[in-house]
Amino acid sequence: MPAPVEARGLVKRYGEIVAVDHVDLTVAAGDVYGYLGPNGAGKTTSLRMLLGLIKPNEGSVRLFGRDPLVEGARALQGVAGFVEEPRFYPYLSARKNLELLAAYDGGGARERIDSVLDIVELRDRAKDKVRGYSHGMRQRLGIAGALLRDPRLLLLDEPTTGLDPAGIRDMRDLVRRLAEQGMTIVLSSHILAEVEALCDRVGILRRGRVVFEGALSELRSAAGGTYALRTTDQRRALELCEAHAGLSGVRQDDGAVRFSAPEEAVASLSIALGDADVGILALVPHMPTLEELFFDVTESDEADRAPAGAAQAGS
Amino acid sequence: MAGTLTVYRWELRKLLSQKRTYIGLLFATAIPAIFVSTVAARNHGPQDVPFGRYVLESGLAVPLVLLTFGAYWLFPLITALVAGDIVASEDHNGTLKTILTRSLDRAPIFAGKALAACTYAFVALVAMAVVSLAGGAIISGFHPLVSLSGTTVSTGHGLVLIGASFLVYFVPILGIAAIGLVFSTIARNSAGAVVATLMLSFVLQLVAILPGLGGIKPYLLTNQFFAWHGFLRTPTDWAPITHALWVCAIWIAASLAAGVVVFVRRDVAGG
Repeated sequence: MPAPVEARGLVKRYGEIVAVDHVDLTVAAGDVYGYLGPNGAGKTTSLRMLLGLIKPNEGSVRLFGRDPLVEGARALQGVAGFVEEPRFYPYLSARKNLELLAAYDGGGARERIDSVLDIVELRDRAKDKVRGYSHGMRQRLGIAGALLRDPRLLLLDEPTTGLDPAGIRDMRDLVRRLAEQGMTIVLSSHILAEVEALCDRVGILRRGRVVFEGALSELRSAAGGTYALRTTDQRRALELCEAHAGLSGVRQDDGAVRFSAPEEAVASLSIALGDADVGILALVPHMPTLEELFFDVTESDEADRAPAGAAQAGS
Repeated sequence: MAGTLTVYRWELRKLLSQKRTYIGLLFATAIPAIFVSTVAARNHGPQDVPFGRYVLESGLAVPLVLLTFGAYWLFPLITALVAGDIVASEDHNGTLKTILTRSLDRAPIFAGKALAACTYAFVALVAMAVVSLAGGAIISGFHPLVSLSGTTVSTGHGLVLIGASFLVYFVPILGIAAIGLVFSTIARNSAGAVVATLMLSFVLQLVAILPGLGGIKPYLLTNQFFAWHGFLRTPTDWAPITHALWVCAIWIAASLAAGVVVFVRRDVAGG
């Protein structure tokens, strides 16, 4: 079965500005894909291209193997979502808005209206005009509008922006529930904790280019962790660490030997320490947070010079 | 076709839910009411427009006088209010991306919107016809009408001619609606599209009176607003009517083609 999203070489220029610069994205069935990037990195523009709202200057998009530019609305079969904030007709009630969308969707969408209103907990307010809705209610109505299409792929652009803490929690719970039901979800966000909590794969965009695409765990293991080691013989431990393959940045600091290393090297080091009769008092890993990794990837000069290499590291 | 009808039905429901819809209809009904009241109060009709001098002799003359008045700004305005708004307001409010990510292609969405804009203009025209006929009946009664050729037309035949006149008058209104749709698709701002449509209508009227441009006058869209005079001559003068039909058809076809091409191809980056 074709992948839910396959974008290749997407480019969008606005005059001199290159908003999206040769972006490749692959989202596999069942992924909860975090689409990360600082504001202005080109996330929304590329999402609009995925949905066929904007034509790329170069490149192609396939949603379940179908090209929205060639097949139009048919390519959006099984696809739903919103870019930026969801928008509705303010002078119509929430239910009327959903009825309109269901009519545009055809099929059994109309019969799903009550159930999607229940899912987003808006059934009690469905008769109210959207004009009077809070931002959070509109976000939830946006999800309801998307679920009407009974999608296999859900694209959500910053769904928790502007929500209060309870709203954020509810929205994340909802996304988690939908993912558990097997829906493929692309979640664009600049809130790293959100992506960390919900997503298993990420694409990181920086100035219109993908600087990393892969599993969160790959991003972490590619970056490696730092460790603090305290032993019964710190001098000997320092010597062993300096001689041990796979360790870097070895230094004595604040009563501990500190170094960076992948997990396999740390495992062999602990055996080497044991063999040398050096007792381990503490070997404390410090794994980088997603935030640290994100800044590594999006702010390093290397990312500027060799985005393709960085992307390969995780793919 | 089913998609177009779905969009058309929902566009009508949306129109019914918006204040702007009723403002246009208010214009279409209040202006004949004000005209009739003024004529009745002053006991004097306008002398310098066709049928103006007969409004106190037959109520049938009232809608015909209003057709002349309406051509200059009233119907271009009423038509532009909805046609200019119907795409641009969706772009401005961000709902265009909402409806374009469902299961309907852009062409039927454009077609449904175009039909709704034309329906609205038609309803406004009918509302004006009804109010002006009722007002005319109240102040002058339904008496036989004197035609543009000086012959007397019976009340029944006069009503048929008025109906035919309104129908022919509706054709250039369709042209204005089509132009409004083009501006609405390009402008991405409702007020801009409405004003641009009105301005174009005024410019066409201006061109018609500029010296040296008489040659293009018969092909101007706004000039076709007077084709109905052909029905009010004895015998019926079909020449201005058939001329208006084909001139308007060209304006409508060209505008709709431009509108649909822009709408289908354009990026939806707002909202």
